[in-house]
Amino acid sequence: MRYILRRLGFYLLAAWVALTLNFFLPRLMPGDPATALFARFAGRLGPEAMQALRETFGLTDASLFSQYLTYLGNVLRGDFGVSVAYFPAPVSQVIALGFVWTIFLAGTAVIVSFTIGTMLGIVAAWWRRGWVDTWLPSALAFLGAFPYFWLAMVFLYVLGFTLGWFPLGHAYGDDLTPGFNATFLADVARHAILPVSTVVLATLGGWLLSMRNTMISVLGSDYVNLARARGLRPGRVMMRYAARNALIPNVTGFGMSLGFVLGGSLLTEIVFSYPGQGYLLVQAVRSQDYPLMQGIFLVITLAVLAANWLVDLVYLWLDPRIRDSAS
Amino acid sequence: MTKTVARDSGLSLWVHAIRRDRKATIGALIIAFFVLVALVGPLLVADPDAPVGIPLQVPSAQHWLGTTGQGQDVLAQLVVGTRTSMAIGFAVGLVVVLVGALIGVTAGYFGGRVDALLSLLFNVFLVIPGLPLAIVIAAYLPSGPLTLGLVLVVTGWAWNARVLRAQTLSQRKRDFVAAAVVSGESSFRIVTREILPTMTSLLVAQVIGGTTYAIGAQVGLEFLGLGDVSVATWGTNLYWAQNDSALLTGAWWTFAPTGLCVALVGFGLVLLNSGFDEITNPRLLQERTWRAYLEKRGCEPSRSTPVVTEHD
Repeated sequence: MRYILRRLGFYLLAAWVALTLNFFLPRLMPGDPATALFARFAGRLGPEAMQALRETFGLTDASLFSQYLTYLGNVLRGDFGVSVAYFPAPVSQVIALGFVWTIFLAGTAVIVSFTIGTMLGIVAAWWRRGWVDTWLPSALAFLGAFPYFWLAMVFLYVLGFTLGWFPLGHAYGDDLTPGFNATFLADVARHAILPVSTVVLATLGGWLLSMRNTMISVLGSDYVNLARARGLRPGRVMMRYAARNALIPNVTGFGMSLGFVLGGSLLTEIVFSYPGQGYLLVQAVRSQDYPLMQGIFLVITLAVLAANWLVDLVYLWLDPRIRDSAS
Repeated sequence: MTKTVARDSGLSLWVHAIRRDRKATIGALIIAFFVLVALVGPLLVADPDAPVGIPLQVPSAQHWLGTTGQGQDVLAQLVVGTRTSMAIGFAVGLVVVLVGALIGVTAGYFGGRVDALLSLLFNVFLVIPGLPLAIVIAAYLPSGPLTLGLVLVVTGWAWNARVLRAQTLSQRKRDFVAAAVVSGESSFRIVTREILPTMTSLLVAQVIGGTTYAIGAQVGLEFLGLGDVSVATWGTNLYWAQNDSALLTGAWWTFAPTGLCVALVGFGLVLLNSGFDEITNPRLLQERTWRAYLEKRGCEPSRSTPVVTEHD
């Protein structure tokens, strides 16, 4: 319990750092983003929009500290300001549209990749110098060296554009209305196959290699030798004795790589015109929609922190040493 | 005089180590090739920005890799882009390790409150997702290589700090450090002369890893349009390919070569690193020697620690 609370405290601190960074960045940067934006959208933004923008960027007469308090209060209420590109929609509303899709895409990709990669790592370490161990790590390391979004482009070009096996983008067909029915879900799955497999292929090698390496050192330990000596079934030694213990450091790595994978997944979304945060991010960059960019940064950061805390819970469940010392 | 000799033998030791390992040799050759292209390539190709013909021409004898959606030569853009992207990659790889070393070694060496504070700092930076943070920072600054470099350092140093802190912490407890402390050497001297030299191979590996990271992340940011889109780099090439809908017009030559180059450099660096790992990690080295010994005698090689098992 103390462990969980300590980790929760850490993530709250990290969230606070992200919030504070987000607050000070526009205020530290040279120039006046509000005026620049206003000039760009001359005639299309009214004075009330200008006022909203100035407040977002902290160009009011209030003291920095009271601005900061107002900002924290706003964020806590889910108010991230007004989007410029989608004016006058509030940022929170714009983000909410694509959030589910991003979580779905990145979440599926990460879980699938971690599961397959870990299994392959177990196999590679168990049948040392077998073909899985000899060929797969190099092949996957090569695939992992490609930028995610470039793999996505190749997939889209070959499997979507040239062969026509998969749809060329979006999360579901235009002719369908979202709902919990078989047709819609099947269509969503069909649209998700390419983006998900790109991210899976690009990240698989990392999981395989780290699992293989920890598994090898665990296989050399005394308790595994003892388990073998007792004549336990090889499958049992492999999974219950070796793999379970080798998994522990990898779960930590899983948590830490979440943010990184999410970044790659955002870029992949762009290639597939997937309606998630990545697509919004490009819109925001192109139209210099600072409030939207910052809103996305905050929401993604909070999501990653929350996911990390969940991973900590899994870690606790996996590693009895921490569980015992914590209670 | 003696110093140059020592440095020479240090360098030749590395060269020897690379040549002994096949993976590292291949990696080093790939990297050497791209460094060569980056250095002399731009002198051999035409102006990458000049329109040279009809847009989106297929590769031909005249334009080996075809033309872009703006009618520029893809090969020229690729070669010139190699220089910019590699330069930023290596520079950021180096700076990231310098910053990481400064913070990580300080935390590990001084311990106590300093350690608690600095560890907290890099752990926080480790969990905050890099790409969105990089985008937010880059969007506010004037686009260009300096901004890009700064952003990549801000989002990339934490991992190095974490690894180097752990390494320093374990070196700190060794007797030779205790001896240096007792003999009254200054902290700065102990860190730079006693502790850092023991981590040379780790630092080199980190620079390589940092460069891999920097090239990948840089290409990603530029793909989003956060670089200077008027300068030819690997990332902006891909940005324009996407912008000109290269995919939906079937112009594979505008994006395929660039991605291959990014991947080859990344793969080369990974190979170089894993080669170093096997050279400098005594455990892997021992395992390799042991395996060779067993195979020479016609025995079946065992698992990592030298325990001979009959059969699985």
